[in-house]
Amino acid sequence: MKELCLYIVLAPLAGAILAGLLGHVIGRAGAHWATIAGVGASFLLSCVAFQRIVLGGEAPLNENLYVWLSTGGVDFHVGFLIDQLTCTMMLVVTFVSWMVHIYTVGYMHDDPGYQRFFSYISLFTFSMLMLVMSNNFMQLFFGWEAVGLVSYLLIGFWFKRDSAIYANLKAFLVNRVGDFGFLLGIAAVLMYCGSLDYAEVFAKAPSLAETTITLIEGHPVSLMTVTCLLLFVGAMGKSAQVPLHVWLPDSMEGPTPISALIHAATMVTAGIFMVARMSPLFELSQTALSAVLVIGSITAFFMGLLGLVQNDIKRVVAYSTLSQLGYMTIALGVSAYSTAIFHLMTHAFFKALLFLAAGSVIMGMHHEQDMRHMGGLRKHMPITWITCLIGSLALIGFPGTAGFFSKDMIIDAVKISTVPGAGIAYAAALTGVFVTALYSFRLVFMVFHGKERMDHHTQEHLHESPAVVTVPLIALAIPSLMIGAVGISPMVFGDYFGSSIVLNHEHAELMERLHEEFHGAGEFTLHGLMQPPFWLAMAGVFTAWFCYLKQPSIPGKVAAALAPVKRVLDSRYGFDAFNEWFFAGGARGTGGLLWRVGDVGLIDGLLVNGSARLVGWWAQVMRGLQSGYLYHYAFAMILGLLALLAVFVHKVLA
Amino acid sequence: MQLDLPLLSLVIWLPIIGGLWVIFAGSGARERGVRYDALIISLVTFALSLLLYRDFDLTTASMQFVELHPWIASFKINYHIGIDGIALPLILLTTFTSILVIAGGWEVIEERVNQYMGAFLILEGFMVGVFSALDALLFYVFWEAMLIPMFLIIGIWGGPRRVYATIKFFLYTFLGSVLMLVALLYLYAHAHSFNLADLQATALTAAEQRWIFIAFFLAFAVKVPMWPVHTWLPDAHVEAPTGGSVVLAAIMLKMGGYGFIRFSLPITPDASASLDSFMIALSLVAVVYIGFVALVQQDMKKLIAYSSISHMGFVTLGLFAMFDIYAATGDWKNAAMGIEGAMVQMISHGFISGAMFLCVGVLYDRLHSRQINDYGGVANTMPVFAGFMLLFAMANAGLPATSGFVGEFIVILSVFKANFWYAFAAASTLILGAAYTLWMYKRVVFGEIRNSKVAALTDINGREAAILTALAILVLVFGIWPAPLLDMMHASVQHLVEQVAQSKISVAAYE
Repeated sequence: MKELCLYIVLAPLAGAILAGLLGHVIGRAGAHWATIAGVGASFLLSCVAFQRIVLGGEAPLNENLYVWLSTGGVDFHVGFLIDQLTCTMMLVVTFVSWMVHIYTVGYMHDDPGYQRFFSYISLFTFSMLMLVMSNNFMQLFFGWEAVGLVSYLLIGFWFKRDSAIYANLKAFLVNRVGDFGFLLGIAAVLMYCGSLDYAEVFAKAPSLAETTITLIEGHPVSLMTVTCLLLFVGAMGKSAQVPLHVWLPDSMEGPTPISALIHAATMVTAGIFMVARMSPLFELSQTALSAVLVIGSITAFFMGLLGLVQNDIKRVVAYSTLSQLGYMTIALGVSAYSTAIFHLMTHAFFKALLFLAAGSVIMGMHHEQDMRHMGGLRKHMPITWITCLIGSLALIGFPGTAGFFSKDMIIDAVKISTVPGAGIAYAAALTGVFVTALYSFRLVFMVFHGKERMDHHTQEHLHESPAVVTVPLIALAIPSLMIGAVGISPMVFGDYFGSSIVLNHEHAELMERLHEEFHGAGEFTLHGLMQPPFWLAMAGVFTAWFCYLKQPSIPGKVAAALAPVKRVLDSRYGFDAFNEWFFAGGARGTGGLLWRVGDVGLIDGLLVNGSARLVGWWAQVMRGLQSGYLYHYAFAMILGLLALLAVFVHKVLA
Repeated sequence: MQLDLPLLSLVIWLPIIGGLWVIFAGSGARERGVRYDALIISLVTFALSLLLYRDFDLTTASMQFVELHPWIASFKINYHIGIDGIALPLILLTTFTSILVIAGGWEVIEERVNQYMGAFLILEGFMVGVFSALDALLFYVFWEAMLIPMFLIIGIWGGPRRVYATIKFFLYTFLGSVLMLVALLYLYAHAHSFNLADLQATALTAAEQRWIFIAFFLAFAVKVPMWPVHTWLPDAHVEAPTGGSVVLAAIMLKMGGYGFIRFSLPITPDASASLDSFMIALSLVAVVYIGFVALVQQDMKKLIAYSSISHMGFVTLGLFAMFDIYAATGDWKNAAMGIEGAMVQMISHGFISGAMFLCVGVLYDRLHSRQINDYGGVANTMPVFAGFMLLFAMANAGLPATSGFVGEFIVILSVFKANFWYAFAAASTLILGAAYTLWMYKRVVFGEIRNSKVAALTDINGREAAILTALAILVLVFGIWPAPLLDMMHASVQHLVEQVAQSKISVAAYE
């Protein structure tokens, strides 16, 4: 099993090294064959691991590979923990990655950086696997930052574009803000648990539930709350939760395949995975869970709204990703970890599908991304159209599709939850359904239906994408339809996750109640047809149809009537402007001030050069005394004599 | 196992004598030919230092490869050298870096090639001497001697403001080290010996310790450099030739940290303990304040110089947090973690800052500018170079799987135990370090080709690629598997912690 895991992670790494360092030797075809083979092997072996651990009921593997370093009596390991949660993630990551690799052959066909691209996405797969397969916090952080590095490289893949290299720096720095919290959280774990290995930490954690620490004199706070919140700051960065979400929309500057792989299906869900993995810790702090819940609600609702005003096809999908990540975070907040992972999985399929479909559209449109210049594409790109429709239906939670099961389950869980903040979350999740349906079908209608608004030249050359593009679309459309019905019973209610997710007594009851109301996927679907989410979704689709196909003049009128709201949405709530002004400008200002006043002014100006000048000045004064004129010296002698005489006389008289 | 050869002496004196030979043999027609001699000497020295590593006993904290000969018998001054697990990695770093410096100046230096190469070899010998001296006066001699070749390197092969920079450099460091001499003489009067072990065992009252600590502090803090005695470093770096910058950043700054470990902590443990808040405060100021200052630099070398100061803040932080860590956890083992983190940070910073200065040197050799604004879009014309620089920039930003991560990680984890807010301030380097490094990288390497000079750039040649590859391998190896580096120092750090844990005051009062 250990060897198996090694092959799973090393296969993509080998591909990445081959394509990256020897790209010019093996050529373009060599690069894509090497990496596709590597990731393909990784996927197949992951299936074996899944078969053995999840289906075969083999005991989870928890083994160290080597000692990374040991210091202060603590050994830091590199090792694997392969349990049900890990296996699920491995399958999702390697499968989506594999599809994206294949798709890339078509999408990046004419790009001069072909080999480099393949090297990066294989490196990403390696990093992501190291992240999910880790058995300790240190390696988790390794993978965490490594996927951030690859994300940086890929957002800035077209490094000549100013917007791309602005976006990748921004993404890296915002993620570093998250990592800042994450690292402190890890430090807290090490200090109180004396180890960074999951097994030891989770075993020790319950005994620390009542421990308090004092950060500000006189205000002791719960250790677990502080630790979990710090860890969650890391999740907020990676999984783009408000207010650390600002980098994700900009990350769309990267080529579309990586938007699908990294910025929708896998990397951005690392935060969700991490919180689920840390369930034994988060279960010990209700405060932290409530914070998670509220942040998730804000993200789910407000980021969804922004999807309504985007005209760039990729940005619509990007905001929908933000919103869906919010849903997953909501699920975490009400301790429905299994549901969160379930939604993570279904979302990975249908969102990767949507991005790849968008990429197919972009290819067909000759790199035009503005939906206002599209329309009526369904005749030209039938496969893209159908698959995109499937993805959209899954996204809005149309009964029977994958997204339906996972999203409705989240809404149900929030509905019956009694956690502080659950009320807000329920409202946000429910209205979010309408918003999701509206922007999703706005996209579908604007792109595939209605009048053809592109210029003549583009129109003439419209055609369906080649098979390397459409086959991955179809391959992703299938799980987008099916995986929900298949997965819901075992994953949410069964003993699927085994010991990899831990619930405290109270939260276990919530899942019990959900289970009581659940009577199989079929009935859940029928039941869903009568529930508010379904009708809200239908209302959203209808509104989209009415506004963007039937009466296309309406959106303009609405926008005019609600101009202030539109302005707020167009400015993305002002986050970017504020960050640019306060953080970026503030940091440069502080740096300039400290440098000019502190270093140049005080230390060098006053102290260093000042003391040099003082010596110079003193020398000047002394030099003035040594004039060389005899009468100056004679005068000085007379003054000296007079002074001595005065002292002498004074003493004698006294 | 000890060889019959005085191996350690060979590592010190081979480059010094070899350097002199290079200078004299290389006068006139053979000026450029001696480059090969210099390279061979540096390679042999490195090979000899690897023998030190091979025969080094990891299990003991006692000094190894010890050589003891009377030097000035009337004052009991000895030629007394030896190494432990703290000195060894620094010596290996020195001998390794010297090869890179010799190779780095290969075609670039056109005037007085023999003197340039010779100066670096001599400097190498002196630096190894500093790390292996066990006699305080011998240490002082090496310490001061080291300044001379460095002074000449900046003064002769430096940039336009080299005179200002060398004088500033010299005065700063000399002022500090003179006070160290005073402290050593005082200690001699007390212990009647210059033997380091004797000095470390000498009992001292709290007041005595405090004065000695301050004198040492000035000498070592300038070298590290700690805020606010750091302003010589950016000037010296900017004016120094590439090789000078590399040695300065990679090795000479480590002398300060080494001095704190070898002198301040064991000789004045009680003063160290009582002044630790002061040291921690200065360290954190270095990390945060200097991080901000680095952000606004327009000169690449200045930016990396400031980044060095910020990274060296982790060294002093890791060293002096030990008392608070002990107070908070009651376990000296945790304190050892901070010191080991500081040591790792020193070694890793040697690789990374050296590599960063070499990268800037590569650009400077082609375009003769260090200004960020003169570049832009370098990746278009120098893709291989861009790849290397990305790796080193990421290492500088502390990315895991590079050595730059290890030291910062350990130090942050260990100071968290002392005080949450120490860790909080120190961890800000995650954001600041990434900001200043990657912002510079973006402006220099990414983007459209900015001007005709950048368009005419040629990618790195085989020699440059070889140097950068060697560094890249080390940065990655010690990022992925730092255990061997730490295993080298465990015993010695443990011993140091035991020494520091032992108060000297009560003994002094008794005497």
